[in-house]
Amino acid sequence: MMGVPLAWYLILAAALFCVGLYGVLSRRNAIATVMGVELMLNAVNVNLLAFWRYTEPGGMTGQAFATFVYAVAAAEVAVGLALIVAIYRNRDTVDLDQINLLKW
Amino acid sequence: MTTTILFLLFALVTLAGAIGTVTERKLFHAALWMLLSFFGVAALYVLLEAPFFAAVQLFIYMGAIGILIIFALMLTRGSMREGGPYLNDQWWLVALLAVVLLVVVGWLLWQQYGSVMAVHAVDEGSLVQLGRVLSEQDGYALPFEVASVLLVMALIGAVTIVRER
Repeated sequence: MMGVPLAWYLILAAALFCVGLYGVLSRRNAIATVMGVELMLNAVNVNLLAFWRYTEPGGMTGQAFATFVYAVAAAEVAVGLALIVAIYRNRDTVDLDQINLLKW
Repeated sequence: MTTTILFLLFALVTLAGAIGTVTERKLFHAALWMLLSFFGVAALYVLLEAPFFAAVQLFIYMGAIGILIIFALMLTRGSMREGGPYLNDQWWLVALLAVVLLVVVGWLLWQQYGSVMAVHAVDEGSLVQLGRVLSEQDGYALPFEVASVLLVMALIGAVTIVRER
């Protein structure tokens, strides 16, 4: 059975996570932040499925957890975007630097 | 050998899409880059012999979440002035943090898992097993039901939040 070492998948997932983290913390638009969060959740799923494939292909724990991550990701994006749209209606902006009502 | 080439190709697609997502100034283009990244991840799932998750990735991420984000972009259009800065003041610090995190974590992963190869073959009918695990009481039946409750609550919550009053 040829293939790539497990570390390649894990390092790819770490890179995806770091890029998503940069997107979350550096963009000013709130929707771009949500996109960064989606990239981070994708990285988690790549990790789960890579560990499943390399260490327990007979079991199903990794795949079951990946299923739950999908459900949580769908819930997160629905509520997150609803919040952003509601803020846009009230304050007419999605600029995170201007959404500072609750900041000190 | 073929697997290695395919992995590198799909990894390149995934990372290029991700980097495009966080660096693209125009948000609609960023969303399209994000869809490219999701597609690369779906291809990686095929390489990992998890075809069900490749299909789920296409349906949920590229389909549902992609459309939802593009809709949200269009609903909030024009709120960010064209030509203004699209990054906040701390972006260089965050970039440094992300690079340091990647180097440290990548080095640790390489030390730990650099020589772990896939030795077992995937069982035939692993999808049947997944369905069984998700519906059996001593498997994940309870968390699975809780996940469905979570989805319904998120749906109702999203509708409540954006409803016109």
